[in-house]
Amino acid sequence: MSLSAAARRLAGWSVVLRSSSRTLPPLSRECVQRRDITSSSVVQPLRSENKVTVNFINRDGEKITVKASPGESLLDVVVDQELDFDGFGACEGTLACSTCHVIFKEEVYKQLGPISDEEMDMLDLAYGLTDTSRLGCQICLTKSLDGVTVRLPEAVADIRQSDGSA
Amino acid sequence: MLEQSLYCVCIFSQAQDDVIVDVYERLPVPFGLVRFGVAPDHPEVKNVINTFTQTAQHERCFFHGNVNVGVDVTVKELKKAYHAVVLSYGAEANRCMGVPGEDLAGVFSARDFVGWYNGLPSNQKLNPDLNCETVVILGQGNVALDVARILLSPLDMLKKTDITQHALEALTASRVRRVLIVGRRGPLQIAGTIKEVREMINLPDTTADMLPADFKGISETLKGRNVAVQNQDAKAVPTGQMEDLECGMVISSIGYKSLPIDPCVPFEHRGAIIPNDMGRVLDTAGLYCSGWVKRGPTGVIATTMNDSFDTARVLLKDMKEGTLDLSVNKPGAQEITALLQERGNTHRNTQKKKNADCTLFSRKKNTLLTNSQKFKTF
Repeated sequence: MSLSAAARRLAGWSVVLRSSSRTLPPLSRECVQRRDITSSSVVQPLRSENKVTVNFINRDGEKITVKASPGESLLDVVVDQELDFDGFGACEGTLACSTCHVIFKEEVYKQLGPISDEEMDMLDLAYGLTDTSRLGCQICLTKSLDGVTVRLPEAVADIRQSDGSA
Repeated sequence: MLEQSLYCVCIFSQAQDDVIVDVYERLPVPFGLVRFGVAPDHPEVKNVINTFTQTAQHERCFFHGNVNVGVDVTVKELKKAYHAVVLSYGAEANRCMGVPGEDLAGVFSARDFVGWYNGLPSNQKLNPDLNCETVVILGQGNVALDVARILLSPLDMLKKTDITQHALEALTASRVRRVLIVGRRGPLQIAGTIKEVREMINLPDTTADMLPADFKGISETLKGRNVAVQNQDAKAVPTGQMEDLECGMVISSIGYKSLPIDPCVPFEHRGAIIPNDMGRVLDTAGLYCSGWVKRGPTGVIATTMNDSFDTARVLLKDMKEGTLDLSVNKPGAQEITALLQERGNTHRNTQKKKNADCTLFSRKKNTLLTNSQKFKTF
């Protein structure tokens, strides 16, 4: 933990500081309890051959490709890579919301680890829920997920749908 | 409520380079229900404060605390000073049951009870008498379940939370051993969500008692599916049967209610919301609403978040298409600040107090704004 992060903890603050050039990870994420780690692998050291490619399809249908490390959750990836998904990960991975909801292809979904009751409870409240939905904070990357594509659900009441009838 | 405003701000800041957003809040501290409504043993829900703080830090976003819109400044004055005004003030009142005895001593609204254990200043002196064995909670939403859980949680668990000291002391001395959570309809219609129900069932040192008769026919209705059927339309029908339940306290938790903020803002009293079309307040140009005051006081963070995003997108669309008149320059906070300072005498006592949160904000001075105070408290 960096000195500034330690100082913030001592002060009892739990605030994300964002400078213009670099993102610091949210403080509370460091002490989050992961309820269900789907990968048994230890977080790998950062070497390029250990990276996993992840493709996100955002709410506008655009594809964003990033490289991440095995062991990181999909929420970690979104935060660390500063991907611009509005409202994603509001509770910072503590299974208290459904804003990190992502949708997998069926064949990938079947390979993912078991879903806990706590994840299901939150997923039940998610918009655009599908049979291949999971919460991004509970899915940790493994080598076998290299190249995976996940889709962000559309928000409810898409304004484009209302144009004709309003 | 600030969180709803801040979600709107999120969208604005990304879409437009020259939009300035001023957020006016009645309390001296931001965040509204996230601070005062979320149960103390659910701190992870409050993590969203980090997202809000980040948004509020935006160089074109300014927080003005201790401003009671409708009293200190009118909506008409705000509309004159700004191109657009978004009302996201939530639902501060509670729905009344309209039954005899509602005003008796020992009958509280869940809103006041939650405010009491969460430190809302106006509920500090509530002094609920917990010297009774049974408490009845009317309503079966998440707020009802929160109240039940706080009343019955083992003290060791509560001590680790940020529950107020006076509530912790009262709960330590509490004789309450049984909480009845009473609703009009059946298990498939409860307003609470599964997480909170599961928490009650798993609460240490307690037993969850449910009436078998309430569950008759449920498995047939579910037809073997794992997902509970949303049977929201089932209506409660009086059976004529009466039952007396002896208790020392009744907490009414049948929902929050928005109040009209200003005579010039249309208000639909039946549903207690501002009449609107996708966030545009009806019959009033330049006025928008988001969150609970727009769609009613239900939903979780994701619901409110998406709703606020929708209002913001509608507003941006109106700006882009010229529905909103941007041709005239508006003075914004300059004019409102001057008005408030002119009228400000009664607020002086609280204005000067350095609130911890305002201190937090002011320490994070954006280096580009050396001349102006980023966050004002009146």
